[in-house]
Amino acid sequence: MAGEPVLALRGVSKRFGAVQVLTDVDLEVNRGEVVALVGDNGAGKSTLIKAIAGVGPPDEGEIRWEGKPVSIGSPSVAQGLGIATVYQDLALCDNLDVVGNLFLGREIRRFSILDEVAMEARAQELLRTLSIKIPSVRIPVASLSGGQRQTVAISRSLLGAPKIVILDEPTAALGVEQTAQVLDLVERLREQGLGVILISHNMVDVRAVADRVAVLRLGRNNGFFTTADTTQEEIISAITGATDNAVTRRQAKGEAR
Amino acid sequence: MSTANEPPPAAAPQNEAAATAQVDPRLVVQQEGFKGYLHEFTRKIKGGELGSLPVVVGLVLIWIVFQSLNSNFLSAQNLSNLSIDIVATGMISVGIVFVLLLGEIDLAAGSVSGVAAAVLAVLNVNKGWNPVLAIIAAVLVGTLLGFVHGWFFAKIGVPAFVVTLAGMLAWSGLQLQILGPNGTINLDNNGLVSKLTSSYFSQVVAAYGLAILAVAGFFAVSFLGNKRRKAAGVPSRTMTDLLIRTAGLAIVALGVAYILNQYKGLPVALLIFLIVCVLTDFILRRTSYGRKVFAVGGNIEAARRAGISVPWIRISVFMISGGMAAVGGIFAASRISSASQATGQSNVLMMAIAAAVIGGTSLFGGRGSTFSALLGMLVIQSIASGMALQGVSNSIQFMVTGAVLLAAVVIDSVSRRSQKAAGRA
Repeated sequence: MAGEPVLALRGVSKRFGAVQVLTDVDLEVNRGEVVALVGDNGAGKSTLIKAIAGVGPPDEGEIRWEGKPVSIGSPSVAQGLGIATVYQDLALCDNLDVVGNLFLGREIRRFSILDEVAMEARAQELLRTLSIKIPSVRIPVASLSGGQRQTVAISRSLLGAPKIVILDEPTAALGVEQTAQVLDLVERLREQGLGVILISHNMVDVRAVADRVAVLRLGRNNGFFTTADTTQEEIISAITGATDNAVTRRQAKGEAR
Repeated sequence: MSTANEPPPAAAPQNEAAATAQVDPRLVVQQEGFKGYLHEFTRKIKGGELGSLPVVVGLVLIWIVFQSLNSNFLSAQNLSNLSIDIVATGMISVGIVFVLLLGEIDLAAGSVSGVAAAVLAVLNVNKGWNPVLAIIAAVLVGTLLGFVHGWFFAKIGVPAFVVTLAGMLAWSGLQLQILGPNGTINLDNNGLVSKLTSSYFSQVVAAYGLAILAVAGFFAVSFLGNKRRKAAGVPSRTMTDLLIRTAGLAIVALGVAYILNQYKGLPVALLIFLIVCVLTDFILRRTSYGRKVFAVGGNIEAARRAGISVPWIRISVFMISGGMAAVGGIFAASRISSASQATGQSNVLMMAIAAAVIGGTSLFGGRGSTFSALLGMLVIQSIASGMALQGVSNSIQFMVTGAVLLAAVVIDSVSRRSQKAAGRA
């Protein structure tokens, strides 16, 4: 993990009309590191992600990519750099099969005809390296479970050989087993040396896979934690902004009982 | 998806380490041989993957009924005429399939075909243009009108239903305008345009030769494709499977060639229509453009995020629909050797849409094939022809066709529901 971080944000600010959504936000992501980005609703997580993904460039601040300052003006610039984003709503086509979805928009062609064989072989290889279990790459995505669909969406983002993968609430709608599948996949991305930014409301998931936790509160950084030596309560109080609030009061009540 | 090398499901777990066991053991692998086909067949029916089965069964039933009522129905002459009668509306229907794949509708296709026929007649007869140039101009006009629909739909965001409804009214007015006060322009009976639907390849060898060529081509493509799949280590079909498919196609192709040769031979119009069906199906299934059309029909947001230009796909699909409507109009004019105010009017549009849906293209977008235009038109035209032979009035014919359309949509909706239940939609 030595050397320059792959992605570094310094003093990023963003304003929507009268609302200062982000103020002086910093964030760093290294190779082979999972950084959880947490914060309450409206803390500015999505805005920050959009700034990185090129959907909504920041007003102020510097984004450094492998040490060099860059300006990410559009999603294609972000993809060109090697930033892949998997959005919460999965963006898969139910009527296409797994191969069709994986290669949608970047089909492999031979004499300008779709090369289904090459795509299928590549899809199998990709899914195998990620240890993703899917019954067949030729069944429509509609017949997959929520977790499998999420893994397909994540693998899809990996086809472009990115260096950073942004996952927006990848486990939000998933059951226990499927959540475990996705978390396994996140760990495999880390093993392959990718940087992962994981947005999640689920502290259990965050503590399970993240190396570091970056907390946003009301558009500002509210602490960076190393997961290994931080308790869940510390993170939660950073998210909510105080030790005296509804959540901690409730927990105290629970402990007293 | 059958494979030769894969172990049966029960044996899969033990072989998991082996290189051959790439398929998840949960996947029910198709057994080999006849029993495997039967098993796969019942599974698909239960899962609601009916494909073109209902329409083929329906067609056979219709033929049996009409043949038992009138033994002339399945005569070579009647079938040969029928095969030409389906072409004009069938061409329009091919364009409609593209629009339905997006989950949209084109109500203007009938009027566009009328405009194209009028343009063709005016240029060819009144202005004395070369028929080939006149045909090209007519198709370009149809494509342009389709572009107008697509532009308003994709760029302005007017619902396709309304844009094409407005188009339907406006273009039938335009059609009257172009035709002028007489309202009917007769084409040269011996001209190229008329010959489109009145010529036959009368040599017996032509129909058989083309049938054999098609079957051989199909086998070669599937065989070579399968070889590549095997070499790449992805699931491939067994040789038996390939041979059964090829044999099935051979029976149909040679059967059609035999019947057509009993009368005047292979109709030129039918050959053109078949080529259009194969070509458009190829575009939809084997090119990235077709993949994009399916993607937009399946999930617009996913398509957009994959970098597909959704507006351009929409506009281009409406252009294809307009262009194919124009081709249909040209064949309609050719069939009666004239372009009139009635060309493309009344129920031509409804028949074209009905054919696509009866043939198995979903109204909900994302599922279908241009061959459904062919199958659906065969059903509709068989009913029309059978009724005409019986001397049944138009009123009954419309009611029966309406019932068939309703049945087709019911099958579509029900199969969609059972596909959902079986996790396939």
